Amino acid sequence: MAAPAIETSGLDVGYPGRRSPVTVISGLDLTVAAGTFLSILGPSGCGKSTFLRVVADLLAPLAGTIRVMGETPSAVRSGRGVGFVFQDSTLLPWRTARENVRLPIQVGRRSLSRMIDDRSDELLELVGLSALSERLPHQLSGGQRQRLAIARALLGEPRLLLMDEPFGALDEITRDRLNDELLNLWQRTGTTVLFVTHSIAEAVYLGQRVIVLATHPGRIVADHDLRPLKGPDNRCSREDPAIVAAMARMRSALGAAS
Amino acid sequence: MNRGPLSPFAQTMLPILGAGSLILAWQFLLPLAGVPAYVVPTPTAIAGVFARNGSLLLSNLWPTAIEALSGFVLGNLAAVLLAIVFVHSRTLQAAYFPVVLFFNTIPVLALAPVVILIFGLGMLPKIVIAAVICFFPTLINMIRGLESASASEHELFRVLSATRWEIFWRLRLPRALPMLFASLRIASATAVIGAIVGEWIGSDKGLGALIIQATFNYQSDRLYAAIVLSSLLSIGFFTTVVAAERWSVRYR
Repeated sequence: MAAPAIETSGLDVGYPGRRSPVTVISGLDLTVAAGTFLSILGPSGCGKSTFLRVVADLLAPLAGTIRVMGETPSAVRSGRGVGFVFQDSTLLPWRTARENVRLPIQVGRRSLSRMIDDRSDELLELVGLSALSERLPHQLSGGQRQRLAIARALLGEPRLLLMDEPFGALDEITRDRLNDELLNLWQRTGTTVLFVTHSIAEAVYLGQRVIVLATHPGRIVADHDLRPLKGPDNRCSREDPAIVAAMARMRSALGAAS
Repeated sequence: MNRGPLSPFAQTMLPILGAGSLILAWQFLLPLAGVPAYVVPTPTAIAGVFARNGSLLLSNLWPTAIEALSGFVLGNLAAVLLAIVFVHSRTLQAAYFPVVLFFNTIPVLALAPVVILIFGLGMLPKIVIAAVICFFPTLINMIRGLESASASEHELFRVLSATRWEIFWRLRLPRALPMLFASLRIASATAVIGAIVGEWIGSDKGLGALIIQATFNYQSDRLYAAIVLSSLLSIGFFTTVVAAERWSVRYR
């Protein structure tokens, strides 16, 4: 039995404030099985992005313990265990699409980054951007830029993919298409995904499991296992009455909490 | 009313016609208006100086060009290096940035005699003045440029466990280039000003010296020729900087 992807107990996350730390989420107890597609749903300010930053070792926890795949977040990060996709694509504007995807093999500890195969061609193919690999980011659409950011995050074959509202700035049509592409990628790679969003529809459509966070204080107010509704391939129709009902339950959980 | 874009032909021809019309007015209207030639010589008179005293002008151009170029390189190099130190050490920045700020408030004209006292009458003091005048805008822009990478860009490099060195070369420096070039464009003109100011205060060579001599001798056509040459020198530096910018910042 593999270690859970995420295991926290009594975890407080927040920011080191000017005088004293500002706690955003307090006393978080969460266990996420390896290979899960987990949606983290909540309004802005509930600390969902902050939690993701603690998992990625971009921020230290204020209190409590967190293990990522049985290790400390810092050990996982320095071992290239995580890929991170930001809300803005964070592509370097002076690099071509291919060179952006190849960034992970050009920085970081040599012993690690050299071990990574240059699968940039394969990944560009996978996200459908092979023909545009020599373009600069400003010559690409918002959806194409986010696809590139995902390809870059997948280059090191991370065991954990953290996504912080990656499709938040896209139009709905592009967003729906990218949701399907993301599920395809998840199925092919088998990586654990933590997907932060404030869209109820997106959280339910993508996640095998959805946790709902509320603000003041940040806490889990609902935790839904959607696998019984979706089957092993984690696919569903957005019009399926069971899915629509699940969305309604999330909405009322959010409403009751605020 | 037609507000559409101009044709490429019009875009190149109109500035030429605009400048040409002003030169024609200068040539023919100013003398008619009774402006004496010792105040404003005509363009043909100035062109005549270039034809007659070409070698004199050229021998005075070289010292100024060398001083301005050396000052440009030294001043900007020092500014870029100090900016790199400052963004990597908050302590040093907090300790020394106010001192730099104070020195910037001293007018270059007031500082120039001191520089000449220290470095004598050769080319070196002019180079130092040109360097000082370039230094500050580049320092400010470079600090701002090196710190212009976004929070998520820094987070991206941290997720990849990039070293400080890699963050500098692959993120901070490329991010800073557009702002660096913005100040280099300014410095391309101010370096020439610095060299000329230095020559005013103590020199028998260079465009600055030529300007002072021509003024005292009432050789206004020669004075204007020296002004035209100074301006051409600045334009030369400026276009070189713009070409370097086009070559290195291609993503806009």
